[in-house]
Amino acid sequence: MEKVEKILCDYVYDESKIIQILEEAQNEYNYLPKEVLEYISQNLNTPLSKIYSIATFYNAFSLNPQGEHFITVCMGTACHVRGAPMVLERIEERLGIKAGMTTEDQMFTLKTVNCLGACALAPIVVIDGEYYGKATPQKIGKILDKYQQKETTNTKQKEQVK
Amino acid sequence: MKEYRLHTLICAGTGCVACGALDVKEELEKEIVKQGLEDEVKVVTTGCQGFCERGPIVIVQPGDIFYQRVSKEDIPHLVEEHLLKGRPVKSLMYVPGPEKPPIPTMMDIGFFKHQRLLVLKNRGRLDPENIEEYIGFDGYRGLEKALAEMTPEEIIKEIKDSGLRGRGGAGFPTGLKWELCRKSPDEIKYIVCNGDEGDPGAFMDRSILEADPHAVIEGMIIGGKAIGAHKGFIYVRNEYPLAVKRLKIALSQAEEYGLLGKDILGTGFDFPIEVIQGAGAFVCGEETALLKSVEGKVGRPRPRPPYPTEKGLWGKPTNINNVETWANVPAIILRSAEWFSSIGTEKSKGTKIFSLVGKINNTGLVEVPMGITLREIVFDIGGGIADDEEFKGVQLGGPSGGILTEEHLDTSVDYESLTEAGAIMGSGGMVVLSENDCMVDTARYFLNFIQEESCGKCTPCRVGSKRMLEILDRIVEGRAEEDDLKKLKILAEKVKKYSLCGLGQTAPNPVLTTLRYFEDEYKAHIEEKRCPAKVCKNLFKYVITDRCTGCTFCVRNCPTDAIEGEVGNKHKIIQEDCTKCGTCLEVCPVDAVEAVDNE
Ligand SMILES: Cc1cc2nc3c(=O)[nH]c(=O)nc-3n(C[C@H](O)[C@H](O)[C@H](O)COP(=O)(O)O)c2cc1C
Repeated sequence: MEKVEKILCDYVYDESKIIQILEEAQNEYNYLPKEVLEYISQNLNTPLSKIYSIATFYNAFSLNPQGEHFITVCMGTACHVRGAPMVLERIEERLGIKAGMTTEDQMFTLKTVNCLGACALAPIVVIDGEYYGKATPQKIGKILDKYQQKETTNTKQKEQVK
Repeated sequence: MKEYRLHTLICAGTGCVACGALDVKEELEKEIVKQGLEDEVKVVTTGCQGFCERGPIVIVQPGDIFYQRVSKEDIPHLVEEHLLKGRPVKSLMYVPGPEKPPIPTMMDIGFFKHQRLLVLKNRGRLDPENIEEYIGFDGYRGLEKALAEMTPEEIIKEIKDSGLRGRGGAGFPTGLKWELCRKSPDEIKYIVCNGDEGDPGAFMDRSILEADPHAVIEGMIIGGKAIGAHKGFIYVRNEYPLAVKRLKIALSQAEEYGLLGKDILGTGFDFPIEVIQGAGAFVCGEETALLKSVEGKVGRPRPRPPYPTEKGLWGKPTNINNVETWANVPAIILRSAEWFSSIGTEKSKGTKIFSLVGKINNTGLVEVPMGITLREIVFDIGGGIADDEEFKGVQLGGPSGGILTEEHLDTSVDYESLTEAGAIMGSGGMVVLSENDCMVDTARYFLNFIQEESCGKCTPCRVGSKRMLEILDRIVEGRAEEDDLKKLKILAEKVKKYSLCGLGQTAPNPVLTTLRYFEDEYKAHIEEKRCPAKVCKNLFKYVITDRCTGCTFCVRNCPTDAIEGEVGNKHKIIQEDCTKCGTCLEVCPVDAVEAVDNE
């Protein structure tokens, strides 16, 4: 809990900064673990229910661990009219999960956002911070191949090491 | 300051960065050193140039030479030819159409020629992370004037006389809002900058914050002085990390220069500004919800009155304006209300920034004088519809807005004319739609957005939008019944009338305007179970025509193995297995795949 303590300290235990505190905690842990929320609740003297209501209201927060690779599909208007729904559908099919979920092997988390503001590249998919513009179901399939191959070789290597 | 023979300006807006602008910059710097030009050529990264369609963009000054779609590989040639030998490189210039000659200079390109830059005047000419460059272009002179020569009343009068109206959507007169807030009796007052920019498909505010953060800061300090506020907040949406970073740099530089914080410019006026990053909720763009979020609470709107100018942050009078509104302020103070009000129409003064997206050739960010026509924006600046498709409509104002059609192309772009035509000015989202876009699907898209973003506090919005969405789902899926259209209209009116905040009150607009201009399209879906634009999946199918050469390309690429066929024989789509993903259409080398109505 040292890391949360530091974040709380940085914000001088100011309850009105709870959203920023949760944002930083999420950056630190990649999601908001229950123990962390409980710790924040105790140390800010804020009811846990209030913290949960904030953590569930804002889209940026996740209460579940997120996968190693983070896939974001932009569903802005420009992306929508240029075929984003098809691209999303293909990714969902491929990973066997719906947007907002993480694959069972914890490899991929899939999320949608309302607009990344890079509409000239519509439709856009971002994987681990890398932008893939003018995406199509066909192109995205190939890109996923790359990531999934990388993952299988990684796991194989890990197994060999063991 | 050191003098350079040439400046190369690299656009580092989000769009260009996503296309590899930073790699281009790195290569450029390396190559300049390699050629021994580092004392003659300066490399500057700038804010968004707006012509995102053509990124990454590099401009060479003097000469205003505009290079587009520049890749890392182009750099050695560019450096050697232009920077060393002084011969501009034609192959990297913009070409307006087939068989047209390339256009070397930026201001001769249609996309830029018809724009009028007031708010975005610094885009692409200065480094947003360096306050000295902003100061070099008259930066903070408006603030100096306001603090040294004007009383708060005079500042407010100047803003009122300028005719500036809010750019966040509603178009409320800015000077009047300031006056109301100034007159609210309280010792403590706040200023807020609304940078939540929730309209999906719009990025005006992000671009201002990234390209010219000091303009917003300067505007807010002037506003703070006029209103008698003691602190400012800038609320930026979660998805804009670069804007937050640039703002934080700008704020600390402004403080270092004595332009922000304590005793500004030695006048005894104290005004600090804090940046707050949102956490992803569209409704937080609504002012009362935004204030709750700044206070660290769940961002749900409350009824108005009382307006924020009376009861805002922590119950204190608070003046909230949009990013673009604030960015207009310094120039008005520096150059006069008279100058500002000479631009635009009788009731809509100045310029407006739009993000021009969708089925348009020149996707990008444009700033135009009020009173320009939609036709000029779509065709002269935007270069017309992409892929030679037919123009069908333009959607303004995002989920709160409406669609205008061919017959409105000559409408003047000002608050009143757009509202009268059935749309709104909105915050500046402009989505161009072509014959291949389905209006029912578009309306459903916005309603789905609203339904997901509804905060749930009031029933008309929470439940009403859900019921409306269910009807639209039935229509696009071909399950609708005759009276669904009537039900949809009734619901739309009720949601509009009884919702608590602007989110719900405007939510039915996309449905109502598409119904007004494209009722036929709704009827085709309901009565004939047909989607004329071939967008709604249940209502059309793909077939392979006789053009098929039997190359098996589609067979091998189909993700659901829904195509059968052997080399040299015409292929066939097995309809039961087809998910209509369109991959076959995309990969077919002879355009043999067609979308047709179901029998
Ligand atoms: C649902 C909803 C979303 C809004 N989103 C924004 C937004 O993203 N940015 C913005 O400046 N104003 C937004 N507004 C308008 C604000 O409530 C407010 O009117 C505006 O910030 C006032 O600034 P202005 O007078 O400078 O336009 C929104 C309003 C509603 C009802």
